[in-house]
Amino acid sequence: MARIKNMKNAKKIENPGVLLKRLMGYIMKHYGAAFVTVLICILISVICNVQGTMFMQTLIDDYIVPMLKDGSRDFSGLAHAITRVAGFYAIGVAVTLLYSQIMVNITQGTLRSLRDDLFTHMQDLPIKYFDTHAHGDIMSVYTNDIDTLRQMISQSIPQIFNSGIMVVSIIVCMLVLSVPLTVVSLAMVGIMVYLSKRIATLSGKYFVQQQKDLGAANGYIEEMMQGQKVVKVFCHEEKSIEEFKELNDKLFHSADNANKFANIAMPVNAQVGNISYVIVAIVGGILAINGIGSFTLGGLASFLTFNKSLNMPIGQVSQQVNFVAMALAGAQRIFELLDKEPEVDEGYVTLVNATEDADGTIHETDKHTGTWAWKHFHKEDGTTTYAKLLGDVEFLGVDFGYDEKKIVLHDIKMFATPGQKIAFVGSTGAGKTTITNLINRFYDIQDGKIRYDGININKIKKADLRHSLGMVLQDTHLFTASVKDNIRYGKLDATDEEVIEAAKLANADSFIERLPQGYDTVLTGDGANLSQGQRQLLSIARAAIADPPVLILDEATSSIDTRTEKIVQEGMDRLMHGRTTFVIAHRLSTIKNSDCIMVLEQGRIIERGSHDDLIEEQGRYYQLYTGNKA
Amino acid sequence: MIKTLAGQVKEFKKDSIITPIFMILEVIMEMIIPLLMSSIIDDGVEKGDIHHIYIIGIWMVVAAGIGLFAGIMGGKYGARASTGFARNLRQAMFENIQTFSFSNIDKFSTPSLVTRMTTDVTNLQNSYQMLLRMCVRAPFSLICAMIMSFSVNVKLASIYLVAVIILGALLAIIIWRAMGYFTAMFKKYDDLNESVQENVSAIRVVKAYVREKYEKSRFTKASGNVYRMAVKAERIVSFNAPLMMLIVYSCILGISWLGAKMIVQSALTTGELMMLLAYCMSILMNLMMLSMVFVMLSMSVASAERVSEVLNETPDIVNPENPVYKVKNGSIVFDHVSFRYNKEGKKNVLNDIDLSIKEGETIGIIGGTGSAKSSLVNLISRLYDVSEGRLLVGGKDVREYDIETLRDEVSVVLQKNVLFSGTILDNLRWGDENATEEECKRACHLACADEFIDRMPDGYHTYIEQGGSNVSGGQKQRLCIARALLKKPKILILDDSTSAVDTATDAKIREAFAKEIPDTTKLIIAQRVSSIQSADRIIVMDNGEISGFDTHENLMKSNEIYRDVYESQTKGGGDFDENGGE
Repeated sequence: MARIKNMKNAKKIENPGVLLKRLMGYIMKHYGAAFVTVLICILISVICNVQGTMFMQTLIDDYIVPMLKDGSRDFSGLAHAITRVAGFYAIGVAVTLLYSQIMVNITQGTLRSLRDDLFTHMQDLPIKYFDTHAHGDIMSVYTNDIDTLRQMISQSIPQIFNSGIMVVSIIVCMLVLSVPLTVVSLAMVGIMVYLSKRIATLSGKYFVQQQKDLGAANGYIEEMMQGQKVVKVFCHEEKSIEEFKELNDKLFHSADNANKFANIAMPVNAQVGNISYVIVAIVGGILAINGIGSFTLGGLASFLTFNKSLNMPIGQVSQQVNFVAMALAGAQRIFELLDKEPEVDEGYVTLVNATEDADGTIHETDKHTGTWAWKHFHKEDGTTTYAKLLGDVEFLGVDFGYDEKKIVLHDIKMFATPGQKIAFVGSTGAGKTTITNLINRFYDIQDGKIRYDGININKIKKADLRHSLGMVLQDTHLFTASVKDNIRYGKLDATDEEVIEAAKLANADSFIERLPQGYDTVLTGDGANLSQGQRQLLSIARAAIADPPVLILDEATSSIDTRTEKIVQEGMDRLMHGRTTFVIAHRLSTIKNSDCIMVLEQGRIIERGSHDDLIEEQGRYYQLYTGNKA
Repeated sequence: MIKTLAGQVKEFKKDSIITPIFMILEVIMEMIIPLLMSSIIDDGVEKGDIHHIYIIGIWMVVAAGIGLFAGIMGGKYGARASTGFARNLRQAMFENIQTFSFSNIDKFSTPSLVTRMTTDVTNLQNSYQMLLRMCVRAPFSLICAMIMSFSVNVKLASIYLVAVIILGALLAIIIWRAMGYFTAMFKKYDDLNESVQENVSAIRVVKAYVREKYEKSRFTKASGNVYRMAVKAERIVSFNAPLMMLIVYSCILGISWLGAKMIVQSALTTGELMMLLAYCMSILMNLMMLSMVFVMLSMSVASAERVSEVLNETPDIVNPENPVYKVKNGSIVFDHVSFRYNKEGKKNVLNDIDLSIKEGETIGIIGGTGSAKSSLVNLISRLYDVSEGRLLVGGKDVREYDIETLRDEVSVVLQKNVLFSGTILDNLRWGDENATEEECKRACHLACADEFIDRMPDGYHTYIEQGGSNVSGGQKQRLCIARALLKKPKILILDDSTSAVDTATDAKIREAFAKEIPDTTKLIIAQRVSSIQSADRIIVMDNGEISGFDTHENLMKSNEIYRDVYESQTKGGGDFDENGGE
């Protein structure tokens, strides 16, 4: 039962250089000046630090040793030198303070703009994106991937830069002090880097294995916790414990190894550093004692300090490189989302407020009149015509497939005049829901034409098209907000009175009044504190307040008890009154009083007509209705 | 809490003890090395004694070697102890959860159990490793370095003591102030993520109402809040580095100035000065480390609490002492049974239920939501225990049976049912591990599942995805019925298990039951009257009580609720649901 999750994490980064450049470009675009300031500050801070270290030599060679020799007790020179170093140190502390504060702004600001950009871009993506990507994966971009970037921007980048400058300046200082000793030191650094790399490869291998095993164990946990009651019913406890033990033990072994090698890296680095210290001390001691290359005791002391300081930044860089690799994998997924093509809208017919003269001519107006019209500009002759918004919908030979190669709807022809109710019936996968996805252009059709009030819907601006359509879906989807605000979602500027009116129309008013805070009760977790029927009523109220001429309804199928069902049904009926309605029907009452019933099978309309017509026909509808399989 | 968690260290006790010992050994070596270094400078270089440099150099290499060994061992055992501890925690939690009764499960939500077993355990693993390695190492090396410094020169070392106190106090203030902001920030951050989640799943609503702009402005506002809070928190934390630098630099300068004076007065050697400076870093770095360990540990306290909560939960349904291993027949008797989910609660979910069902009967159960239909049947296989009264299966109180025996004989198809990832056969064999393919096929035939399985490319070997996401609702329900049938139970309970199956298939399944398993007592809960109309007798539930228990014909005459439901469903309010029909 092993399954592999998190495999996407193991995906190779295609082009780290390009990614890094793009990420840095993003930071520079928003915080260019600040970022440059930070780099300058780091540079200054490192210089100050190195100045301090150099001082050790001055202290011993220029002050202590001479004073010891001539027995003078004049400390004024030393005091002067110390003040000078103190000055450097003060500058170092000040710039560090400055850049670490600026860095907070850069890091958090970049994360914020990334989040905003992600969300803004995501809102403009077509429905297809959401239908084809696991929601967990989308979420993980916002959480995990952004988190790894935080680590990288706030720590890795400044540290790598800091350490880099440090290493370079230390090496320069070492070279000034003694070339042969520098060669010895660098040789040891070489060994250290080589060992770190070997360890990193080993631990990396186990780390990947650990992630795989962790994914498998977590997947199993998730599945079993979800099915825990079934496990109980089938007395499957022991078997699942056994299965889990296997996965858990596997995880233990890979985690043990991954951690082991990660833990070993630090002491190895430290001790190689110490050995390097010994070697430098011995070689330096020999040089100093024999006075080779005018090398002094103070020089050796300074060199040894440099030697020790060299180990730390090298260790840090090798550690940060891992973080950067992880962050780049996150950045790749972030940019992938940002690069997704947004929904295109080439529509130019817009919905405007209108007044209608007695002779039927339509005039555009700024005021809210309750009458709407399509404003249609004709490119060929430069004229603008107006057509009243009525809710007349026409499908002409529509073909559609989610995947261009696999057509799921074939040659759909139908028309609905204003106020008519069209019902779709048929089995799962027959294409009922698909048709409703086309009218509002959640998906675009492959062939044929859909006309709305006589206008090809491709010419209508998507926002305006959708404004004129109301939707009540099977999955209600309420938001974390008050009941009032949830209803108001259909019309943002609705007054409280309008909200209550809509709730009354939807039959939701009575249950809302009984909630602890009435209309101000805050819903959480998709309305988890409400029953399925109540959620449905709220979504009806939401559609009612928008007052669209055309409605798309997906009736709920989940088990609502008969009484609630009646209430929901009444709400729906009132909502449908006077509107063109497309309904995916499950209930007899809805179907019976439809103007036309479309029976869908395998993406084709196989029967159409009123309830009585279809019963008489004794075809598929008759079978479904009577429950007899022919 | 600590006791509960410590109990899970088990076989990794040895590793857990060895780790800090090696860490201490490593620290000792770290302390000795600067001593040797100063000896090299003072006694070797200054006196021009090359031989001394060699000797001490060799000692230093030995010390480094021991340090390396200790470091590696500490790392190895630390990894083993902490990952082993995590393994034990996961295993213990999983095993304890398996003993949970339904009411225990209800207490924790599924996502919370998953988080506890994954994220929380990982947190504890990291903290435990930190505890074993750093918690011993950091204070020990801090104290050692301090002692060494004092042994070198009391006067100079007291500078460190002052520095430690100042730095410690300032770090404490920083942590204390930042923690508050971080907690607030995480809360805002959670809200933000929740709103993304909500938006992703409700994207159809957002788009249908053309609310993209509105959502964007809401999100920008929320992310702005997170930003402001995070900046506040991070600003405080980012004082750490410059503060540390300030203190270290002050120490270096102070030591250099006073040290130089002492050397000139021959109260200190150059080597000793170098040594003191080396300890400076060690002392302050370790203090910093200690503060970080403290933050890490305090952050994982919440995880520790959540994990021990699961470990300490005791199942409230256990096997009796001398269990009965045989269920005589499929008769069911409710003897004045009352039931409530919460023991302390006053409101009964089921009130004084008195029922007697004979072996082989088919019983329909109908009633509105909240009328306690599911609660009624859940008592039969002892998924919950009755609060008052007795429930007899096969003439014996269910509490006398071995639980596994009882549940094998009383097969329940739950309302919220689940398939597991694996082939169809794997899933079916949950009912009977040793079922042959033939037996599985027969069960599927009874549940009318064979018709769609046969049409699948891999037939019975078709792989079912987690949660059964690649089969339709109706198909899933039929597979669940088949799975329950394979137990060959004496009592079969279907809790709204054909709601997504079309009416015709539903009828076919019932017909098969009547013909093929006539001796099995069948209880069928349904919303559709048509599903239960033909049952021998029908229980009408209303608000935790039995409003009627009779045949369809009699209930039509005597029971108003039943008549209402029947009429509303057949005359215009009926169900035309065809979801399950392939």
